[in-house]
Amino acid sequence: MDLIDRLADEGAHESVRASLDHCVKCTICESFCPFSAATPLFPGPKFVGPQAERFRDPTGSSPDISLDYCSGCGICTQVCPQGVKIAEINARARGRLWAERGVPLRNKLIARPSLSGRLATPFAGPVNWALGNPYVRNLVERIGGVHRHAPLPRFAGRTFRAWARKHRSPVAPKTIVYFHGCSTNYFEPSLGAMAVAVLEHNGYRVIIPRQDCCGLPLQSNGSFDAARTYVRRLAASLAPYARRGHDIVATSTSCSLMLKREALEILDVDDPDLAIVSARTYDICEYLVLLHERGELATDLEPLEATVPYHAPCQQRGHGIGKPAMELFALIPGLNAVDLDIDCCGIAGTYGLKKEKYDISMAVGDRLFKEVRTAGSEVAACDSETCRWQITHGSGVPAVHPIELLYRSYNLSG
Amino acid sequence: MIYDAAVIGAGTAGLAAALRMAEGGLKVIVYAKGVGSTHLTGGTIDVLGYTPHLVEHPETELPSFVDAHPDHPYARLSVATINDALGWFRGRMTTYDYTGNLAANLMLPTAAGAPKPSALVPETMAAGDLRGGGRFVIVGFTQLKDFYPAYLADNLSRFEAAPGLPVNARSVTQRAPIAQADVTPLSFARHFEDAEFRKAVIAGLEREVGGSDAVGFPAVLGLGEARTVCQELQDGLGLPVFEVPTLPPSVPGMRMFNALKRALSKAGGTVVMGGPALGADATGERVEALVTAAAARTRSYRARHFVLATGGFASGGIVMDSTGAVKESVLGLPVAGVPPTGEERFSPGYWASHPMARAGVAVDDALRPVDADGDVLYANVRIAGAAIAGAEPWREKSGEGITLATGYAAASSILESDA
Repeated sequence: MDLIDRLADEGAHESVRASLDHCVKCTICESFCPFSAATPLFPGPKFVGPQAERFRDPTGSSPDISLDYCSGCGICTQVCPQGVKIAEINARARGRLWAERGVPLRNKLIARPSLSGRLATPFAGPVNWALGNPYVRNLVERIGGVHRHAPLPRFAGRTFRAWARKHRSPVAPKTIVYFHGCSTNYFEPSLGAMAVAVLEHNGYRVIIPRQDCCGLPLQSNGSFDAARTYVRRLAASLAPYARRGHDIVATSTSCSLMLKREALEILDVDDPDLAIVSARTYDICEYLVLLHERGELATDLEPLEATVPYHAPCQQRGHGIGKPAMELFALIPGLNAVDLDIDCCGIAGTYGLKKEKYDISMAVGDRLFKEVRTAGSEVAACDSETCRWQITHGSGVPAVHPIELLYRSYNLSG
Repeated sequence: MIYDAAVIGAGTAGLAAALRMAEGGLKVIVYAKGVGSTHLTGGTIDVLGYTPHLVEHPETELPSFVDAHPDHPYARLSVATINDALGWFRGRMTTYDYTGNLAANLMLPTAAGAPKPSALVPETMAAGDLRGGGRFVIVGFTQLKDFYPAYLADNLSRFEAAPGLPVNARSVTQRAPIAQADVTPLSFARHFEDAEFRKAVIAGLEREVGGSDAVGFPAVLGLGEARTVCQELQDGLGLPVFEVPTLPPSVPGMRMFNALKRALSKAGGTVVMGGPALGADATGERVEALVTAAAARTRSYRARHFVLATGGFASGGIVMDSTGAVKESVLGLPVAGVPPTGEERFSPGYWASHPMARAGVAVDDALRPVDADGDVLYANVRIAGAAIAGAEPWREKSGEGITLATGYAAASSILESDA
């Protein structure tokens, strides 16, 4: 048995850390890091990862602040030919760094979308106005550290849960659970309704359990303990359904990756609720492609005569499932989906919102923005919400979730 | 979806096979644990350099080499196929030109200043050809570690191309206009794409390169814009300019990777990276699906054909456990060329020929895996690249030639079987 496998049995933490011994210093991760290419403030994944990790004493302090300029996009882990969990090593080290130094207030605030969502939804009108106002944004930047031009989403004013409470999913032969996440609930409730419609069209009764944030933003902002509390709570609320044998699908690809892998590999959350939820959770496009492979996907798709540039976000690629959205697009008659095949849009969740990182984030996304603009399409497609907001911000082209195109092609708007 | 072909591995062999099949109209997926050999190679395509004597004309020497090594990967291919593979590859490098052919090897300096025989080379390196002798200036930068121009030049000067054709080399070390103390080759390449940076480098060198026939640089002269960068340096210095491959990460290798991957994407191919290939679902003589490690579960990719381009020991395509058992890592194919238990696997001399060195998967003329009796194990699987048994690429200087030619031939074989 491989050492790594043995250590995997002894817990995710050990397997992540031990993987650094597979590093042969080929620096392939360095060559692919979009952030070290954009700023000298980040020396690159190998230097702060497998290299520096050897000098991090579990009991001592973690001195290197340059780690904070890692966005956590995870491309280093994906390209490593030796299987070193570089991004995971770095995320853990970043967690320790902030645990020692104290997480800045700004990081605590932007990492709690469900809290801000609950507070702002009743006042969506004035809040959206304020966040669109240059003077307010200037102030927010100076006091709150959120860059004045950063692509903040608009509050929808009505939550997806409010819609879901009124919605009766018709009785159907199959049942599925929908994990909508915070962004669908507070910012893009219509995406949730579309996802539900697509699932129902495919013969599912859709259950939408009570749910809160998965903790990913807290994790990437260094608040590991708070992140653990959130992800445990979410796992506990989804676990009863998973135990009944229901699969869980998600439209938020980074949040589903949190459930599938990151909570275990980065946060060390090793509990039975998470384990069963993890095994049952699917990215929605992944799930629909698997349905199609079994011949169970409804294919009454009507033509969409359009060219749509598609960006597979970093976190989507972290699922290791290929690009299921592209496979779904191939089923839609007339649709010319163009896989842009560009590494990163630069936002990395909340990274690009921060005043000291906004310019780096825009530099990383520059090539993607240009390609989206060059495509000359009305919309672009992307699985991750923060990436969609960044693409729209950087290119001026509205970006939609792949499900929206499927929804249109199924002609479900009634 | 059932793909026409699934390729395992994203090195030169895997990418070449995938691209050729995608161009042939097949729906192709490349699955890889990570990025492959491209980023570690110097960017030259060395077909055959030593047999063990120095090979000047690979095309003429290949037939006798194959006669002497009937188990070599080249013995499964015709010289015409190797030639076609090189021609095909040149045609794909549209933004980064290659020059040369099987007729004659160029002799290019390595970073250690040793002349190395290569059949096909990036045009940005061609002016470093040592076959005619000459006077060279080798430029280094203080911020670029692992590239020692004085060492390179000293070694180069020991070489005599032919009686009366000496090589004279000297070095110049320049401080590049970059604030950082330690700059990677890739970062240098990005700096070279800035016109102001180039101007500064040219200005610093103008008076240093007189009396030479050509100026050598570490291979960091631009990533996507290498052609422009080299041309401008050449014009600015008034002398031919050439690149010398550096230690990894190799910028010329990245240029090759980017060109192949972009072309593959354009031809409709898909590349998935991140987790290991765990195995395959097979029925009898056919592999039905490749099983891979995805987050939280496995993911299978069904395909009609499979190309195994996972490399040799160095990249985990062939593995040996602590008991000395050797196998191919994805399909568990038997490995040929392993010395029997009790016999020496390695020779004491580092540079010597090692009994273990030629271990790999044995293949038939269609590059399908075969067992010890020569019977085909999987009819819809082709092996490409360093996983194939019978070569000692580091001694023969044949590594890229084998990967490229077998990748190309594996694709041809699949396209023909479909026709």
